[in-house]
Amino acid sequence: MENREKKPLEKVCMICAKGSLEDVYATLVMANGAVMEGIETKVFFTFFGLDGITKKTMNHLHTATTGNPAMRMPGGLPFPTMLGGLPGVETAVSSMMRKQMEELDMPPVDEFLEMITAGGGEIFACKLAVDMFKLKKEDLSDEVSDIITIGQFYEMCDGDRTQIIFT
Amino acid sequence: MAVKTIANAQVEVTEDGYLEDMNQWNEDIAKEIAKELGIELTEKHFEVINYLREKTKAGEGLTIRKVGKSGVVDIKELYKLFPKGPLKFSSKIAGIPKPTSCV
Repeated sequence: MENREKKPLEKVCMICAKGSLEDVYATLVMANGAVMEGIETKVFFTFFGLDGITKKTMNHLHTATTGNPAMRMPGGLPFPTMLGGLPGVETAVSSMMRKQMEELDMPPVDEFLEMITAGGGEIFACKLAVDMFKLKKEDLSDEVSDIITIGQFYEMCDGDRTQIIFT
Repeated sequence: MAVKTIANAQVEVTEDGYLEDMNQWNEDIAKEIAKELGIELTEKHFEVINYLREKTKAGEGLTIRKVGKSGVVDIKELYKLFPKGPLKFSSKIAGIPKPTSCV
């Protein structure tokens, strides 16, 4: 008989390298979901993804209103690219999206990070990117446990039931 | 759907072991399901369970965030009470359906 023994995930390691609203939230939803499932969770923020854990920016993330073919007007009509380029449009659209997410009980980024660490998930910042953007530990969310290299992160990703997810 | 005997009561459960009907629930059933999950129920557990049942009865969807803001427990405590399954295990013990929310 075929061996169908289940081998549940034990650890997920996520890497978030982009700083748009949807990229950061995709990471946070998956990370929090993993923690809630009892899976050991580690998240590594690098490059523009650092915006998602930088105090000044984390609760004001934007979604791109230009170059985003999936962007629609309320009601479903296509969103004209020219309109998306006008000053203030991206800010308005992004704050509208955040409001809609809040209605679904999706918390602001700072609170989302707290939820993840409350369940034992760990958040890390990439040393190279932190140096590049001239950030300091105190610029980052208090939920960030450390600034580490990618090598250190990989060391944490051991185990044969571990998955690395790049968002 | 399957019938299972939990704490000397015949209850209908889903494939994952959640009660089909929350009205078949009682505290002894809760204790036995908890035991299977390795959890010893305390008064605090029951406070959470009662909150979950109340909200479910009222037809409200549950998220971990909502429970965390309920004033009954915060999220950290919730993880301590129901390790590795703050919403799933608590729902199972409370005899309510498996949570369907992603947050």
